[in-house]
Amino acid sequence: MSRWSVPLGLYQPGTTPVHRLGAGPKLVVLAVLGVALVAWPRWQVAVGGLAFVVAAALLARLRWRDSARGLVPILVLLAVVAAFQTWQRGWEVAVQVSASLFALVLAGTVLTATTPGDRLVDLLVGGVRPLARLGLKPEVFALAVALMLRTIPALLEVFGEARDAARARGLDRQPRAVLVPTAVRTVARAHAVGDALAARGLGE
Amino acid sequence: MIEFEGAGVVVSAADPEAPGRTVARTILEPFSAVLTEQRVAVIGANGSGKSTLARLVNGLRLATTGRVRTLGLDVARQGAAVRSRVGFVFTDPDAQLVMPTAGEDVGLSLRRSVPDAGERATRTREVLDRFGLAGHVDTPVHALSGGQKQLLALAGVLATEPEVLVCDEPTTLLDLRWRRVVDELLDSLDAQVLLVTHDLAAAERAERVLVVDGGHIIFDGDPLAGVAMYAERMAAP
Repeated sequence: MSRWSVPLGLYQPGTTPVHRLGAGPKLVVLAVLGVALVAWPRWQVAVGGLAFVVAAALLARLRWRDSARGLVPILVLLAVVAAFQTWQRGWEVAVQVSASLFALVLAGTVLTATTPGDRLVDLLVGGVRPLARLGLKPEVFALAVALMLRTIPALLEVFGEARDAARARGLDRQPRAVLVPTAVRTVARAHAVGDALAARGLGE
Repeated sequence: MIEFEGAGVVVSAADPEAPGRTVARTILEPFSAVLTEQRVAVIGANGSGKSTLARLVNGLRLATTGRVRTLGLDVARQGAAVRSRVGFVFTDPDAQLVMPTAGEDVGLSLRRSVPDAGERATRTREVLDRFGLAGHVDTPVHALSGGQKQLLALAGVLATEPEVLVCDEPTTLLDLRWRRVVDELLDSLDAQVLLVTHDLAAAERAERVLVVDGGHIIFDGDPLAGVAMYAERMAAP
């Protein structure tokens, strides 16, 4: 397995109450959480929301070894954000912003880890079906979301391979040696995935 | 049945002698052939036009001259209908596998033909079982070995029971063991198979071989004679 584990996109089968809860209710909880965190920008609400999501993650018995490694880069980013916010606007804002963001990322992790992708796609197809009158194809929309979930680990793999290639050539201190091939291979991969989707008759 | 009627591909490419200008570049010279055999192999050097030829069959690449008909359908005009009956397997399974887990990826292929989620889950398990991937329903795609990924890509394509299967170097990235597994699987199919390959042993097992060189079909006929001609050409300085 790739050493680049990621928080989003990987289903972890199980029989916990969170797994048994339908995809619809879980998506509603995620939406309500997101709205609440934005509508009431207070540190107490953010910490409460984070505590709720952590409890859900514990209840879902996520494989923390996999998820934690994927969450590390986000935690590092949030630490930088929190330090900046503390300096600029005080610790309350720093806690509110970083706890809100982490709660939403973790909630997304819990949703995708406890819900088969197929169920999410079914739910999304049903959810956007009314928009078919406006010309939106529900299956295409759902496929786009599914692709996004698959693309996260795939892009991290591309980045990891480009970084290893740069290291092998002694260029590990040159960001351009990693970023340029990552960008080029990402575009090439997008073309290949587009061909593969067309070949499978998906999105037509 | 696959019919090529004067089918060729010309693209515009950057002119190396005049920066900023483009020139017409022939990828595949116009050729005609009617492929009715169950097993047809296409061999040739890298960059010779093999993959372009394969992509003409289901409209991933459209002929710029002539016409291609697959299963009696005009590929240029009825591309979606053709692709619903023609499977395509790529060299790199990573590009072909769209969903996060093996079961979900096969399920995605079945969405059109099996709308009911419960029945689809059952069919998905049956398909994975048939391809020796029964224990990998919930395995993340990126956690599978290269051989398992290619088998899964094949499973996703064959789940829809295509009448024609086009394989673009499906075993190039595989070790000997997985190459044998995929070869045996392809040999066992009822569908017509167009196999683009560098594996000359696999080409010899076909009923007909096309040899492509520099965009030209330089041989079309008996596999043993075609492979011998190609090997001789590759050995020449």
